Amino acid sequence: MLPESIELVIVTPERQLLRQTVVEVTLPGGDGCLGILPGHAPLITELGIGELTYRAKGTSEVGHLAIISGFAEVLGDRVTVLAETAERPEEIDVARAEEAKKRAEQRLASASSDPNVDWGRAAIALQRSLIRIQVARKRHGAPVSTE
Amino acid sequence: MPTLLDFRRRIRSVKNSQQITRAMKFVAAARLRRAQEAALAARPYAQELVRVLRSTMARIQEPQHPLLERREEKTALAIVLTGERGLAGAFNANILRKASEFFRANRDKKVSTIAVGKKGRDALKKAGFTFAGEWVNVLARVEFKTAREIAKLATDLYAQKKVDSVYIIFSEFKSVMAPNLTVEKLLPVEAIREEKGSSEEQESAKTAEVQVDYIYEQPEAQLLDKLLPRYVETQILRAMLESSASEYAARMTAMESATKNAGDVIEALTLYMNKVRQAAITKEIIEIVSGASYGS
Repeated sequence: MLPESIELVIVTPERQLLRQTVVEVTLPGGDGCLGILPGHAPLITELGIGELTYRAKGTSEVGHLAIISGFAEVLGDRVTVLAETAERPEEIDVARAEEAKKRAEQRLASASSDPNVDWGRAAIALQRSLIRIQVARKRHGAPVSTE
Repeated sequence: MPTLLDFRRRIRSVKNSQQITRAMKFVAAARLRRAQEAALAARPYAQELVRVLRSTMARIQEPQHPLLERREEKTALAIVLTGERGLAGAFNANILRKASEFFRANRDKKVSTIAVGKKGRDALKKAGFTFAGEWVNVLARVEFKTAREIAKLATDLYAQKKVDSVYIIFSEFKSVMAPNLTVEKLLPVEAIREEKGSSEEQESAKTAEVQVDYIYEQPEAQLLDKLLPRYVETQILRAMLESSASEYAARMTAMESATKNAGDVIEALTLYMNKVRQAAITKEIIEIVSGASYGS
């Protein structure tokens, strides 16, 4: 018989962020998004930079988290996310993310002329800031505008 | 014979010292609480990582990775974690003693060191050790970034076969009163297979083994390539957090006994001062009385 729910555990080196019973998880896998439902075959994957969403048991509300690199292990009734960084929407400093985005964009723009610019790093920085901004918008209540 | 004024000065100076030690005790206690919380908060990640790594290793047939490779130990690398500052009782001395024990036990090998913490670096430098790397002023606020840098250096040296094993020497935080000096083997990674976890962990490891193989989103080698360095990083981070908690615990205990000792000294001095004062007064009275009796 298939399990009806998944125990979702999200940990980072600094803390345990989440331990909750959920019915659906979407993971930002290293090679693309993965949707996980209860009873999924055992799987292990690297995580990229992206958004993790989950639906808690008994609600229709969807939780969002910004995930930056790590791993996830999927077992039939359990998903363990070992993220390097994981943030809730309300924890994200949007102003800082916007600033990081601008900086990364500038660096990328000057990459062709300036050999000192590390294109790969700037691209990752840009991706990170974009995900943070995207997830921060999904904060409960009004969309974020001034911060 | 010291005069009353000498005593007053002396008492005042001891009181000042006592105030400082008392303040340091409170600061250490507050930091200890924070360090303990941080060490506690980092535990779930370490546990989950070990669990995932263990069940991955159990599923992979003969896992191959540079960090798993066992070689004859001709050279060893010791990462020594000490404090940044003194005034923590025997904290730094204990670790350094443990480290020199380790160096003695491995005399037949070529041992290089990585010093983390100013006290250890200074002492080891004086003893004539050469460092593969050193980190100072990183333990007051333990950051994952630092652990990662140290881990990178250690794993690089190991993968390039410059060292055949990596150990970490630090003070594990068991309780405030009892520091637990530990030498742990970081590389090659073998703890995964031997480590005795709680019964629950063993249970889940057992059930994981009988289950079917994983679906690998990435090739196994690539996963191990990411998981194993992360394991080393986490172990170093844990050691740093534990070490900093023990340092604060040691400082707190040392400062508490210093405050108590200062109190004892003040008490003794006050008693002695009163005796001297009493003696002076008695002497004066005798002088007056005898002077008066002569006069009459």
